[in-house]
Amino acid sequence: MPRKECVAMLLAGGQGSRLGILTKKLAKPAVLFGGKYRIIDFALSNCNNSGINTVGVLTQYKPLALNSYIGIGAAWDLDRKNGGVYVLPPYVREQGGEWYKGTADAICQNMNFIDSLNPEYVLVLSGDHIYKMDYSEMIKFHVENKADATIAVIAVPWEEASRFGIMNTASDRRITEFVEKPRHPQSNLASMGIYIFNWQMLRQYLVADEQNQKSSHDFGKDVIPQMLEDGQKMYAFPFSGYWKDVGTVDSYWEANMDLLAEQPELDIHDPAWRIYSVNPTRPPHYLGPDSHTANSIISEGCLIYGEVEHSVIFPDVYIGPGARVKDSIIMSHVRIEANATVDRAIIDQQTVVGEDAIVAGLPEADGRKIIVIGENVTISSSAVVDKDVASDQQLAAGSGQEER
Amino acid sequence: MDLMGVINLYESEELLQELTRHRPLAALPFGGRYRLIDFVLSNMVNSGIANVGILFKDKYRSLMDHLRSGKEWDLARKRDGLVLMPPSYSAYPGVGRCGGEVDSFFSNLDYLRFSRQKYVVIAGSSVLCNLNYQPALDYHQRTGADVTVLYTDNKCLNDCAGAVLVEVAADGRVTDMEVAASANRLGRLSLGMYIMKRELLIDLIDNCVAHGGYDFVKHCLIRRLEFLKVFGFKHDGYVARISSLSNYFQHNMELLNPNVWQELFSSSGPIYTKVKDEPPSKYKGGSKVTNSLVAGGCIIEGCVENSILFRGVTVHKGAHIKNSIVMQKGIIEGGVMLDQVICDKNVHIKAERQLKGDRGYPLVVKKGMVV
Repeated sequence: MPRKECVAMLLAGGQGSRLGILTKKLAKPAVLFGGKYRIIDFALSNCNNSGINTVGVLTQYKPLALNSYIGIGAAWDLDRKNGGVYVLPPYVREQGGEWYKGTADAICQNMNFIDSLNPEYVLVLSGDHIYKMDYSEMIKFHVENKADATIAVIAVPWEEASRFGIMNTASDRRITEFVEKPRHPQSNLASMGIYIFNWQMLRQYLVADEQNQKSSHDFGKDVIPQMLEDGQKMYAFPFSGYWKDVGTVDSYWEANMDLLAEQPELDIHDPAWRIYSVNPTRPPHYLGPDSHTANSIISEGCLIYGEVEHSVIFPDVYIGPGARVKDSIIMSHVRIEANATVDRAIIDQQTVVGEDAIVAGLPEADGRKIIVIGENVTISSSAVVDKDVASDQQLAAGSGQEER
Repeated sequence: MDLMGVINLYESEELLQELTRHRPLAALPFGGRYRLIDFVLSNMVNSGIANVGILFKDKYRSLMDHLRSGKEWDLARKRDGLVLMPPSYSAYPGVGRCGGEVDSFFSNLDYLRFSRQKYVVIAGSSVLCNLNYQPALDYHQRTGADVTVLYTDNKCLNDCAGAVLVEVAADGRVTDMEVAASANRLGRLSLGMYIMKRELLIDLIDNCVAHGGYDFVKHCLIRRLEFLKVFGFKHDGYVARISSLSNYFQHNMELLNPNVWQELFSSSGPIYTKVKDEPPSKYKGGSKVTNSLVAGGCIIEGCVENSILFRGVTVHKGAHIKNSIVMQKGIIEGGVMLDQVICDKNVHIKAERQLKGDRGYPLVVKKGMVV
């Protein structure tokens, strides 16, 4: 195969346990987002839009939905003769075989894949962030600085800096120090988990790290600190723009709601930087004679008779007459029957909310803002639900209060 | 399935010239995100047909761009799949220079000869319905007919011109068949879909060319009606025949009835089309949209009622669109009032313009116009 300048390795094996019910059946990168996407669409679309056409996707946790979604990569124009998308699960060897023990280990176990492409650079990405970024700019920055490694950073509010991995840099953006969750941050430049390495050097570090019994085989905790300690040339590539780690239910909900702003920071309507996804085969949606929609995004195939306010509606959703949906995320194939109310809730695929039922998150004072209803749940007529409901449940009227 | 499909795009588009100047009828946008050909093509694919030939007539660039490899219809296949047949001079000099569809069929006879399926269904693109060809093929085999014509009980009230009408006897036999010359004719509307053995089609074409025929229905079928055993197979579902501006408009508007929407788009399988990766449509605060069909990628801040918006339409604050169709990438500025209007693709209506058509006679704003 002809040589590639840069190969992207997309870490998509994470469980995303803090998303709870939403990642019960699928890996975090496969979680639905923004009315028609899955979280991984953003990284894959960035690759395509940045001219990177060889992407290894490392899967591990509950990969069925993710694998079948990615397929041969056609949705992101990554079904290529030379390159394209490669799904890379952990595998068995002559002497046993292991799960991916950490982010660095996942790359290390696929060394033969990267070697076969023999790239100059490896771009390491994570499949759980919502952002638009031109990786080719970062590669250019990396090349111009003759760097050994480049880490993308974003300025975060100072008061939040201690939640992130923080880069301390010199005036030329060379990284002097990397501190994971510092109590007293000296900088507000947070690592975005996007790295470019010179492959031959990374390869040496991965081999060494693999031998190290004490290592957790993680880029942020082990490999990058080691490279810094050895005085390798590492630079921080400054990114400005929208970037969100949708690691918790609240941040996931917020990131969805961000799309509803008058002028969203992340513009999914920009034809110059299209976010690609597997498109549903559904007709245009229909808004009924008495429907009301405001500050919302609605996808194809929906039948909307009721009221939708400040919400994200995925394809093929039915919202009956008199029903009210507010500040919520309604995923594909959900039915909200007549006169039901859904407020501050995330409702996963195939769930049915019966007539006159009320599904509503508690006010903020109670600590929880948003409730999550799993997929394939049936909430019967007139039920009142104000707590999370796990997937595949039948909820009779009055039983909602007793849940957990 | 032992059936192949041929989509014949030699169709009358005289009454739709405002919308078919740049495109063949088959490429006419319909229902918010489709082109007419999507319906027949999806029906064939949903019936299990994997070998579809398309007989092009003219202006076919936009259609080629739409179809490409046929991947969206699952027709990008190693064997069979989508076969495009642009018009060409006869491969056999001296015969079949009459022009027309029969000549085009004749030029592409090799495709029919080398196909493996025993039966073929021939259809146009302008009759929209959602049906499966299997029951019609079963009927064809059961009756031992030479040709089976699909028809509907619908009458084409005042709208018959160019339609193929059939008289069907109680035993199912087609006793008369005509291509309506005027708008008012009695008879049942055929769907312009014919099932026969592939070998018979080759014979009919061959014979037709040899006798100077050039119109498939008139010269290959009607002229030989008494020598062929022609049966009718009734289709009971919704049928929309697109032949004039007014019925194009009317059938689009019928989609605002969710029963029609559901039947046409999913009763026996989904309708596939070329995807554009549009984001979901956005409704801003102050938007008011009722009884309307909206495709992906729209940004709506104004008022829309009883209308169809295609992909990527922008409706600014203060615009009011009613009883209208706005095709792909239309921009409707503030203060605009549209009523009974069809905006073709890429139309830009500047602020405060008032455009109004009349019921049954919509005003058409041509492709790419800035008003």
